[in-house]
Amino acid sequence: MSDKQQTAPKVILVGSPNVGKSVLFNVLTGAYTTVSNYPGTSVEVSRGSCEIAATNYEVLDTPGMYSIMPITEEERVARQILLNETPHAVLHVIDARNIERMLPMTLQLIEAGLPIILVVNILDEAKRLGMQIDLKRLQLNLGVPVVGTVMKRKQGLAELQQAIADYSSVPHKTFTYGSDLERDVTRLAVMIKGDYCFSKRATSLLLMQKDSDVEQLIEAGEAVTDYEQLKTVVHDIIFERRADLHLQISMERKKVCKQMLESVVTQAQQVEEPFAEKLSRWTMNPWSGAPILLLVVYFGLYKFVGGFGAGTLVDFLEGSLFEEHINPVVVGFVQQQVSANWLFELLAGEYGLWTLGVRYAVALVLPIVGTFFLIFSLLEDTGYFPRLAMLVDRVFKKIGLSGRAVIPMVLGFGCDTMATMVTRTLETVRERIIATVLLALAIPCSAQLGVILGLLSDVPGALMVWLSFMLLIFLLVGYLAAKLMPGEHPVFYMELPPMRLPQFRNVAVKTLTRMKSYFMEILPLFLFASFILWGLKMLNVLEGLIGTLAPVVRAIGLPDQATSAFIFGFFRRDFGAAGLYDLQTNGLLNATQLTVAAVTLTLFVPCIAQFLMMKKERGLRVSLSIFLFVSVLAFLCGWVLNTFLVGTGLLA
Amino acid sequence: MLRVSPKAEEILESLWVCTVEGDEVGCLLSNLGLQDENQDEGVAELVQLAFVEIKGDRLYLRKEGRPEAEMTVRRHRLAERLMMDILDIQGAEGNEQACAFEHLLHQGVDTKICTLLNHPTTCPHGKPIPPGTCCEKARREGAPGIVPLTELKSGETGEIAYLAASDGKKMQKLMSMGVLPGSELNLVQSFPSYIFKVGHSQFAVDDTLAREIYIRRPGK
Repeated sequence: MSDKQQTAPKVILVGSPNVGKSVLFNVLTGAYTTVSNYPGTSVEVSRGSCEIAATNYEVLDTPGMYSIMPITEEERVARQILLNETPHAVLHVIDARNIERMLPMTLQLIEAGLPIILVVNILDEAKRLGMQIDLKRLQLNLGVPVVGTVMKRKQGLAELQQAIADYSSVPHKTFTYGSDLERDVTRLAVMIKGDYCFSKRATSLLLMQKDSDVEQLIEAGEAVTDYEQLKTVVHDIIFERRADLHLQISMERKKVCKQMLESVVTQAQQVEEPFAEKLSRWTMNPWSGAPILLLVVYFGLYKFVGGFGAGTLVDFLEGSLFEEHINPVVVGFVQQQVSANWLFELLAGEYGLWTLGVRYAVALVLPIVGTFFLIFSLLEDTGYFPRLAMLVDRVFKKIGLSGRAVIPMVLGFGCDTMATMVTRTLETVRERIIATVLLALAIPCSAQLGVILGLLSDVPGALMVWLSFMLLIFLLVGYLAAKLMPGEHPVFYMELPPMRLPQFRNVAVKTLTRMKSYFMEILPLFLFASFILWGLKMLNVLEGLIGTLAPVVRAIGLPDQATSAFIFGFFRRDFGAAGLYDLQTNGLLNATQLTVAAVTLTLFVPCIAQFLMMKKERGLRVSLSIFLFVSVLAFLCGWVLNTFLVGTGLLA
Repeated sequence: MLRVSPKAEEILESLWVCTVEGDEVGCLLSNLGLQDENQDEGVAELVQLAFVEIKGDRLYLRKEGRPEAEMTVRRHRLAERLMMDILDIQGAEGNEQACAFEHLLHQGVDTKICTLLNHPTTCPHGKPIPPGTCCEKARREGAPGIVPLTELKSGETGEIAYLAASDGKKMQKLMSMGVLPGSELNLVQSFPSYIFKVGHSQFAVDDTLAREIYIRRPGK
């Protein structure tokens, strides 16, 4: 961080998920700044800057949190910012419709002595629900500035900027709880000697609730003897209140909130059910939800990603742009400049960095993944995924996952590597491992899917066999994993945000950010893969490898030439599929062989990028075991399917 | 209040089992491993209280002894439930501990345990637990008006009575999302998952969690 940034006063945005923090962040900083937003993985903090009344402010957007007492990893990251930064102002963004349940966190923030501005966002939708909110009165009750906004239309921005510029810290009101709770809080507060970002009152309450980060801060900040004494008293109180401490604190806060909101909110009788509500119910009812899911898959995935992305766009980029215009120029240029054959091969040869690495990443994979991310971001912004999660929870439980895992699974159809990373949002280690295995095994990424769909669509019935077999393997392996894996069983709970019309800008920013991070992550791996392939070719090891694997390939009924496709398949699964494409166009595969090859290749070892990500997320031992398991199972399934198809003559 | 000795309690229990629950009229002293009142303090004590009488070599439970016998059986079976369900002491060990423990369940301790166990009606072996006054009272006050979320019908509205905390973290999460006792809850849908509305927010939970959210139905 530079010196200039350090001196700029900080404005921190906090609040529950889905209240429009990121929109506010974009509006305030006014740029496509560093918005990093995976669904549920915004474990990172976005930083940007804005200028109000000739002063430059640094703006920090934090992951969503429901309370200043963190439970999940994301919430911890957000709270860590509050504990360690000294902000000029903290904007607590809330959803006006849910003011009653979001206000307790406002109380906590005020109690912590932070310079709070309450931003009551989404006022327009609250009005539509018949809610009237007297913000002036609320400001009077709370004793901190309150600004009402509709951020997606920039309403209230001027007032908010004014409030930030004018902010001057005044001692906050204190809200009193029940006398027995007050007694315990005071007992602790007087014992805390040091100065912390949070007030002594808030610190005491967090200590009572066994907040480990705060404990560490206190341990570092207090003298050893004081800390020991403090610890004894804390343990004392915790023991006395072991039955219902959390509940009591929550209830006391709720009581205070009721007082704060007295004659602030008036609710008119609601006239009719808005369309969004109806749509929401349709997506959640199994009878209408399943057809809707099929529609989404057909139009979103098959038509748009498969047809437009993998078809039209790839044809244009790969077929016209690269093959006809760019490649001849580059290859010619390299040929002129470079005399050594090995160097030419490395740069522009068959497996060269340019010809294989760059061309492949830009012309083949990026359009497919890009269209997928567009659909994904669009669906994410409508609020469809939580509903899908709830719909599939029961089925997912059978395979050891909770509905929450639907997000990495769907993302896996875009890019398994990215999806493997997102499995970290799942709550138990058991769930993470099962999800990683299933992603590695049975979820084809969009690039691979594109090639396979193209490959099989010419052969009647092959696509059905492939699809049924993949589904069977997915459920069977998941079911067995759930039976065999020890560990805690997942519990499902999720807030269902209201369905909204996606904002074009938001979707665009999210898609671009995802494509950027995909590109940053994947391009080096492509280059690395082509480097390895080049090395193997130069050293003539490739032939040897093909020779070794050939008997296995023959065992599942495929010609020897298919072997190279499997070896390439490890570097990119879809690249292996592309190898099959060549075999098919040369007429070397019949329908049965083609189907068996497609199934085996889909199941076969994840691409090298995904393997590296697995190693990063799950550790070497687990990822190697998954690697072995998946490889063996892939060929085994290939063998079984081949025997079955040849025996029954289904595709003959 | 009168206290019967542990030994006499064992006798009352056996008598209850073979005469009230079984179909015997009286019990052979030798079957219970007892001797007559002159040689056995337990029997002597019960005869003196007129809870039992001896005719020939048979022991009979008298009308006066029935309430005491019933409560003794109740205490024993509550102790079994406590040992096996809550403390997870199973098998012979559980039986043994329950036998020792039942004699301590006097002066309202049985009521407390019965309430803690939510007024169970059968022991772990499937035999009935005679209801105590606490069970009758709970029935009269309509405590069954408080039901888990899973018992609600779609569209039904009630007030959150309490959250049964088997997983502290998840309960905390629900509480911080505003799912708190005293809030009004409306069940929107119960399949494939439970969807409910609190205020203007909707939540989805699976049946494990739904079973831990208790709802007070209105007007019951």
